[in-house]
Amino acid sequence: MNKGKTKIEVQNLNFYYGKTRALKNLNIACYEKRVTAIIGPSGCGKSTFIRTLNRMNDVIPGARHEGQILIDHENIHSPKIDVVELRKRVGMVFQKPNPFPKSIFDNVAYGLRINGLRNRDKLEEIVERSLREAALWEEVKDRLDENAFALSGGQQQRLCIARALAVEPEVILFDEPCSAIDPIATAKIEDLIQKLKQHYTVVIVTHNMQQAARVSDYTAFLMLGELIEFDETKKIFTAPANKLTEEYITGRFG
Amino acid sequence: MERPFDEELNALKQKLLEMAAHVEEAVALSIQSLKDRNEELAAEVIREEDITNSYDLAIDEICMRLLALRQPVAADLRFIASAMKIGTDLERIGDLTVNIAERTLHLLRLPPLKPLLDLPVMARLAQGMVKDAIDAFVQGDAGLARSVCERDDEVDQLNEQLFRELLTYTIADPGTIPRAIELILIGRNLERIADHATNISEDVIYILRGEVIKHHFDKKPDSRKDRPRKC
Repeated sequence: MNKGKTKIEVQNLNFYYGKTRALKNLNIACYEKRVTAIIGPSGCGKSTFIRTLNRMNDVIPGARHEGQILIDHENIHSPKIDVVELRKRVGMVFQKPNPFPKSIFDNVAYGLRINGLRNRDKLEEIVERSLREAALWEEVKDRLDENAFALSGGQQQRLCIARALAVEPEVILFDEPCSAIDPIATAKIEDLIQKLKQHYTVVIVTHNMQQAARVSDYTAFLMLGELIEFDETKKIFTAPANKLTEEYITGRFG
Repeated sequence: MERPFDEELNALKQKLLEMAAHVEEAVALSIQSLKDRNEELAAEVIREEDITNSYDLAIDEICMRLLALRQPVAADLRFIASAMKIGTDLERIGDLTVNIAERTLHLLRLPPLKPLLDLPVMARLAQGMVKDAIDAFVQGDAGLARSVCERDDEVDQLNEQLFRELLTYTIADPGTIPRAIELILIGRNLERIADHATNISEDVIYILRGEVIKHHFDKKPDSRKDRPRKC
């Protein structure tokens, strides 16, 4: 597979919660406009890892890191970086859909308004575009003023995706996005992820290996905070190089 | 950690081994019927084909079920996918033994053309290749599997030799044509049995190592491509 450019580079990353070392010497690359899946047993550090990519861990007291995380070859911890801008560039979708207690329209427009956009026409244009990109527009176009909580779980999740897309990210992080959602809605979101990679770099944490196999181009297998294996998804699932990877994906432990 | 799935995989392996044993027996019998000019043995090979075919169907059914219900990955997936192919190769070997038996029955109605020299050697090689391919599968022995692939050229060369020799007979005496043709066809059947044994070995290596070696096994230009096409 043509790798394309490297979008995200993690170099010798060690991550600590106080004294506990949660990530050990990670070296991972995520390629531009590809989907990279992070898999591994509970507690292996997948969520910790993905939250380092947009510095969500900054807000946790006692959390610190060593090593570097580069996006477009720039260290995201450099003093030059505005972390709010970073979180626009690197959007995140969480396990439990978390729409704001506002209308569908206001959910998507929120990030834009916070950044100072007031022009109603422009807002409407971007909201529609984002909802279309998130494959939700047709279902909500006639009820944009309805409260977001009126939507089903799967729809709420797509709303959260639209919200992230509205601020024009480059990278979208998904932390177990389908854990709380039914299989049909899951399939819709997986289809959506396949489309999103045409324009965005996607990193997805999942404990569902079949999902990783279905949606990703590359897979990283983590265990106890360490990277065990990283390769093209088709290679990981047909002939993994590492015995631990083989045992995990065939269900011999986990 | 043992999984219920492991029991099913073992059962599949057992089924394949049963089919292989049956096919190996058919190969031995068909060759013996030719060497000994034994009509009864040839008839037995033909009768037993149904059993080979029902194994083939059973193995396909098991594999499809496991693929659908277990979503296997990695070595499990390679094993199941290869099991389907090995079943097919074994079934083809079974068909070829029936062809040999039928050719033999034709030959038995005519006086022997000549002492059989090349055919028994080819037969011994082909039989050995089938046996070793299956043993490599049972024992997980990639080296043994490779050695099977290495012997295929020798069988091809013997077949060529057989063809040339029988050709001279037919040119000298056209009356020998019916018998010569049967012998040439038997030679071809043995050569095809060796090819299927090679396929099985390539699949065994794929199961064990995830390496695909078929179609470029020795990386040398395939001498077969330059040989004239024959029957």
